[in-house]
Amino acid sequence: MIEFRQVTKRYDSDHTALRQVSFQLERGELAFLTGHSGAGKSTLLKLLMVMERPTAGDVVVGGQHLNRLPKRQIPYIRRHIGVVFQNHQLLFDRTVFDNVAMPLEVMGVSPTDIGRRVRAALDKVGLLKKEKMNPMQLSGGEQQRVGIARAVVNKPPVLLADEPTGNLDPDLSADIMHLFTQFSQVGVTVLIASHDVALINAMDRRQLTLEQGRLIAGGHSGH
Amino acid sequence: MATDSRQSPENRRGARQGRSPSASPVRRYLDYQRRVAVDAARRLWRTPVATAMTWTVMGIALALPVALLLLLGSVQGVSAGWEDSARITAYLEMHVPVEQAQSLADDIEADGRVTSVVVINREQALADFRESSGLQDVLGFLEDNPLPHTFLITPEEGARSAEGVASLVTFVEGMEDIERVQVDLGWLQRLNAITDILTRSAWALAVLLAAAVVLVIGNTVRLAIENRRDEILVAKLVGGTDAFVRRPFLYTGTWFGLGGGLVAWLLIQLTFWWISGPIERLAGLYNSEFSLNGPGVEGALVLIVVAMVLGWLGAWLAVKRHMDDIESGDIAGG
Repeated sequence: MIEFRQVTKRYDSDHTALRQVSFQLERGELAFLTGHSGAGKSTLLKLLMVMERPTAGDVVVGGQHLNRLPKRQIPYIRRHIGVVFQNHQLLFDRTVFDNVAMPLEVMGVSPTDIGRRVRAALDKVGLLKKEKMNPMQLSGGEQQRVGIARAVVNKPPVLLADEPTGNLDPDLSADIMHLFTQFSQVGVTVLIASHDVALINAMDRRQLTLEQGRLIAGGHSGH
Repeated sequence: MATDSRQSPENRRGARQGRSPSASPVRRYLDYQRRVAVDAARRLWRTPVATAMTWTVMGIALALPVALLLLLGSVQGVSAGWEDSARITAYLEMHVPVEQAQSLADDIEADGRVTSVVVINREQALADFRESSGLQDVLGFLEDNPLPHTFLITPEEGARSAEGVASLVTFVEGMEDIERVQVDLGWLQRLNAITDILTRSAWALAVLLAAAVVLVIGNTVRLAIENRRDEILVAKLVGGTDAFVRRPFLYTGTWFGLGGGLVAWLLIQLTFWWISGPIERLAGLYNSEFSLNGPGVEGALVLIVVAMVLGWLGAWLAVKRHMDDIESGDIAGG
């Protein structure tokens, strides 16, 4: 589902964020992306979201070569990639419902379908009763779950998460991870950038470890 | 647009009878456009003072050149009317007796280019002059009547062009016993020249103010874009196309245009109503049929549509210029 082939990303002559990174994630696979801050985790995720283009190598998602993608095609690729952010990027000028509805709005889904699918997603993360609230009124864990609902509302085949448990206590983190596991069980490829070592070890899943832009562990399937 | 929702009833029924509520993609798209348009209008409504101010600025900027052009149009209509009634005045030599003058007038009237010739007897002319000038006493000192017989020659309609009149003048001048021929079109030509200059200036003003309107709307929309920066970022992240992100702002600009056009129309109507009284009085003093022509229904529609296009254009420029600045690159921290 996701494939990196000898991917290098150089920002300028003295800063290389990724060096010849190669790995492959299958459909329904859940993997962690670990490493110190500055090791290149964010860059790797940005390449997947086509916020950045690789300097060399190939990024392939669902058979699409992202580096050859024309600019106007980028939005359509992003509709196949759900993203959960550490700071959730929720909009506080609208309700929980409207936040989750955004990916469907941009696709031009009809209001009735939007209602049905948003409620299904909120139900999944256990926030169905809070759809009319403003995200500001929710706790950190709940806000993160709204972010997850928004990431999965249009049933993307790929789900990326950037430090999704960064600000949460261990119980809430475990809840969130449980959600991610469920998504991978229905065939979603999940890649979670995290440096929460305890949590990652507890999950016992494949780990892609970056160090100074190089993939030093987990590059080949199986662990 | 608001009209998008008013599509043919068949279409609507078709959508309802369809298996899914979203059966027709065309209808879905139009529905969506309508929602965006309504949402953009609501946002303007939520800041009534700011919106009204933008409308007023736009209205004034549009009303000024349009009112000027309408006024000049009315003036040109008048001068065209006067040109039609161009008359040639021919003064006979002093010694010509009235019978000879009459036969000469008949000769001129026989010419195909002439509709009528009115002979003004010199005695009559003096009497008229005495009456209208208030110089009875002064004129009483005169031994002789200083005025000659005069012809007022009205050209045939086909001969009322500048060349036609000129050739007619040469013809009459060439006749015996004619002292002098006068065509007082000079002031009319000057008036025409002045209105031409003013019209061009008004157009130049219109272009400048239209540019100002575009910039004002552009700036207002730029602020709206800044205010919704987060929303644009998220929309781009979840796969919103550029068109999707731009659309609300283009509608915002168009609504600004609609409001501005309406304000401009109102201002013009008010101004014309305000000055129509004095203008009619002035025209009455000149025995003129002059009247101010307002924009009319058609003109009002054109004004509003032009205003909406300008609003849209301003929004488009702002969107083009600022939307690309908002890239999702800075969103994923860490």
